[in-house]
Amino acid sequence: MYKKRLTPAIVKLVCAALALAVALFFFYKAVPPIVKSLDVDWSGGKPGFFASVMLGLYTFLYGDNIDSLAAADDGYGVHLFACIVFVVIAIALLVLGLRELKGTNSFNRMADKSGIEIKKEKRPTIADFFKKVWSAILGFFKAIGDEFKDIWLTFVNGDWKTKVSYLVMGFGCIARGQILRGLLFLLFEIVFIGYMIFWGASWISKLPLDMTKLSGATQEYSEIYDSYVTTYHDNTFKILLYGVLTIFFIIGFIYTWRLNVKQNKIAEGIIKSGKKLKSGKDDLRSMVDDQFHKTLLALPLLGILVFTVMPIVFMILVAFTNYSGTNDGVSNLFTWVGLDNFNELLSWKSADGAQSYAATFGEILAWTLMWAFFATFTNYFLGMLVAIAINKKGIRLKKVWRTILVLTIAIPQFISLLYVSKMFAKNGIVNGFLMDLGWIKKAIDFWGDTRNNGLMARVLVIIINIWIGIPYLMLIATGILMNIPADLYESAKIDGATGWQQYSKITLPYMMFIMGPYLLTSFTGNMNNFNVIYLLTGGNPLNTAASSTGIAVGHTDLLITWLFKIATGSGNKYYQASVIGILVFVIIAIITLIVYSMLPSVKNEEDFQ
Amino acid sequence: MKKTVSITTVVILVLGVLLSAFGGFAIANRFMANPIWKVDHEYLTNKFIYSSIGIGCLIVGILLVLFSAISISRQASEANGPDSSKHHMGMRASNAISNTAIHILLIVISIIWLTPFVCIVLQSFRVDPLCQVGYVIPKHWGFDNYVNLFVNKDDAGKVISTTLSTNGFLRWYLNTLIIALCCAVMQTIIQLCMSYTLSRFRFKARKGLMKFMLILGMFPGMLSMIILYNVLKDLGLTSEHAVPGLILVYIASSGMGYYVSKGFFDTLPKSLDEAARIDGATRAQVLWKIILPLAKPIVIYTVLTGFMAPWGDYVFAQYISRSAPQGMNVAVGLYNWLSNDQINQCYTKFCAGGVVVAIPVAILFMCLQRYYVEGVTGGAVKG
Repeated sequence: MYKKRLTPAIVKLVCAALALAVALFFFYKAVPPIVKSLDVDWSGGKPGFFASVMLGLYTFLYGDNIDSLAAADDGYGVHLFACIVFVVIAIALLVLGLRELKGTNSFNRMADKSGIEIKKEKRPTIADFFKKVWSAILGFFKAIGDEFKDIWLTFVNGDWKTKVSYLVMGFGCIARGQILRGLLFLLFEIVFIGYMIFWGASWISKLPLDMTKLSGATQEYSEIYDSYVTTYHDNTFKILLYGVLTIFFIIGFIYTWRLNVKQNKIAEGIIKSGKKLKSGKDDLRSMVDDQFHKTLLALPLLGILVFTVMPIVFMILVAFTNYSGTNDGVSNLFTWVGLDNFNELLSWKSADGAQSYAATFGEILAWTLMWAFFATFTNYFLGMLVAIAINKKGIRLKKVWRTILVLTIAIPQFISLLYVSKMFAKNGIVNGFLMDLGWIKKAIDFWGDTRNNGLMARVLVIIINIWIGIPYLMLIATGILMNIPADLYESAKIDGATGWQQYSKITLPYMMFIMGPYLLTSFTGNMNNFNVIYLLTGGNPLNTAASSTGIAVGHTDLLITWLFKIATGSGNKYYQASVIGILVFVIIAIITLIVYSMLPSVKNEEDFQ
Repeated sequence: MKKTVSITTVVILVLGVLLSAFGGFAIANRFMANPIWKVDHEYLTNKFIYSSIGIGCLIVGILLVLFSAISISRQASEANGPDSSKHHMGMRASNAISNTAIHILLIVISIIWLTPFVCIVLQSFRVDPLCQVGYVIPKHWGFDNYVNLFVNKDDAGKVISTTLSTNGFLRWYLNTLIIALCCAVMQTIIQLCMSYTLSRFRFKARKGLMKFMLILGMFPGMLSMIILYNVLKDLGLTSEHAVPGLILVYIASSGMGYYVSKGFFDTLPKSLDEAARIDGATRAQVLWKIILPLAKPIVIYTVLTGFMAPWGDYVFAQYISRSAPQGMNVAVGLYNWLSNDQINQCYTKFCAGGVVVAIPVAILFMCLQRYYVEGVTGGAVKG
């Protein structure tokens, strides 16, 4: 009954081959350091068995030129570690791919065993997506057309009260006895017109930021101080900010005006049918009854509008200006620059000796994705294992283990992260401990070692993130483990399944199924995980090449910490930070869109019901 | 049936205890400033061998103790239960071995998880020197670091003032406490409004609103920091007056985090609402009189997360307080103590400060852990 799926099988097998190639590459790189570390006297003496094998391998790969050994790196652990990791990945992918070929992937098996029917719906393709977008655009224009039609018909068919309402908002309501509503409409109109006349119009008119019409700070003679003082005139920051706010306000006004027109139409209809209109008292009552949701949402949505939407709109606009520490909008005005900032950040051109922005961006993006991947999946699998271990039958002191782990959640992260970061400092406890044991002779510079693109710091960050992340996963996984239908296990036991089989055939697929959306959100969350990186390493070790673009960047910097450094570092290039922010958004949106449509549980989880 | 525990097991047990005691003692001795057991370093010159033997002994000892303990319990239960068949015994033996392995794993994990916390507590009691050192157990113990948190001293060691009015730890602590309390209350109200509405009401814009907020959440929050700073500066809520500004920022956008509590409200049966509505209750009365009493776990969860988040926030607080000491929260203040120019005088003070911050928060969390776990697990499963 298993359904063979060719495409996923091919994808997995190709990925396995790629992983194997990478593993071979790392092994290739690892050989010279290993041979070097053996420290064999090549000219005389008899090397041991292992040494002779390694030497043979070396001469096979690199030829007889033993002298080049001296130039080899000292450490081989990193290469060997990477090699092993990729071999494991390759094997895992190979197994998965072969199983896919046989048609026995875990989801099918689980569905078969449990009798749950996994809906085999057609997966949405990219074409479907564009079709959807297109129909949404069409629908949007059609809706606008309908609105205009409705406004026109209401005007033509309406009585004089309605017609007056088109100019004087709320007139119709007041004339028909709905005093409270009418007054509110009227008040809003008066406030809006007043605002526009006194402030709004000037903000809007300055919004094109035309430098010939604006004037920045000037030196003017002041009689009071008897000297030249700086006088500030236009403030482009405020122009942009209040311009955006005014546009919001205008949109709000148009919406309210439309509401006012609609109200008239509805009221006319009610009067025609001979019913009574709602009084002000009814309106007040509906605030806590029929329309209660509006009352509840008013405050939260206002907060989101002002403190989330408005800043985001503003910062998107900033990406098209040259707003920075020097062009701060007060002493030096900033203006629109079109797509220049995007061009700068994504161009391969660079000043001589400096790395291009595009290369730096690519480097940081690659590490960000790598970090998000490892941080998410190490936590996921290890956290699940710990949860299973703690919940196993016959394990004592379950509560104690859980409490110890949860301690990392209970203690504010900045304390534990900062402290752990200092533990691994050059004069920190870890180095002291290792030296005291006599295992190392010189302190290891965990956060400053730039070899292999700062691999040591990168691996360490991921490991420490495991320390932070496992407890969350443990809690979540425990909750889900409790929910796995017990009869699945019982039938498996009757069939004689071993513990490992039960784990790999029931527990793991079930968890994957349920936790797909969580994995996605934690992946994107990790991409923006500012705290862990900033408090642990601050982005160190320094990436000299990438730093030549302007701001000091490290090997462990994520896009988000880079953004922070650009915005707060020398020059405060806000415009560049906004461009990065927009790109981060685009990347995350793309990942979310793709993965979301691939998740097996999307159909069950999509509506949050 | 008389002899329930074999002699061999007892011997193994004793051996294990002795070995682990020796190993532990050897390791401890290594880290003590004044070793109890004076080792002739001429004799044991190689530190590496010495400490490795210690650790090896400890691990092997623990293994032996665990093994013997398990075999004792197995032998005892076998003696009591005569019905155990051979197959059953095999199963039980493999089970016992895997359980032993898991216990050892859990012990190792616990040690790893606890080490930083134990270290920070020990270091906070170290009097001298004040900078970072490579050993854990202090040579001189004392409460000086804790005292220094709360009083300012001049160079001669005379107390000048408490740190409340000026620019010290107590100020930061109170700032953070105020922020945390306000956030806990306001965030709960806002999130409950949001999640209850999105869970129970079916209005036209509902789906669109949820999608819109999902998209908003994909923008890095860091972006809005710059503009929010400028807006707050216009309102006069930065630097020394950063506390109200921070509260405003935290609570204003808290509506976005409605997912967990919405998941909870979704699980409450709708028939409750409907029954009350038939009896003539308004929507507001339904929320106030019927839903809220049932929502106690999620209310506690929201209060708890709202209270805990401000203690750990560094970025916003740092950006908005602009290194004005009166406006900082503990995270910013303590972070500064670890900056390169202060770490040598303030490292142990940081440890003490960390302990003072962590203990109340951790205790509160531990007491309400149950609700937190419910919220977290529910939230993840629901999406």
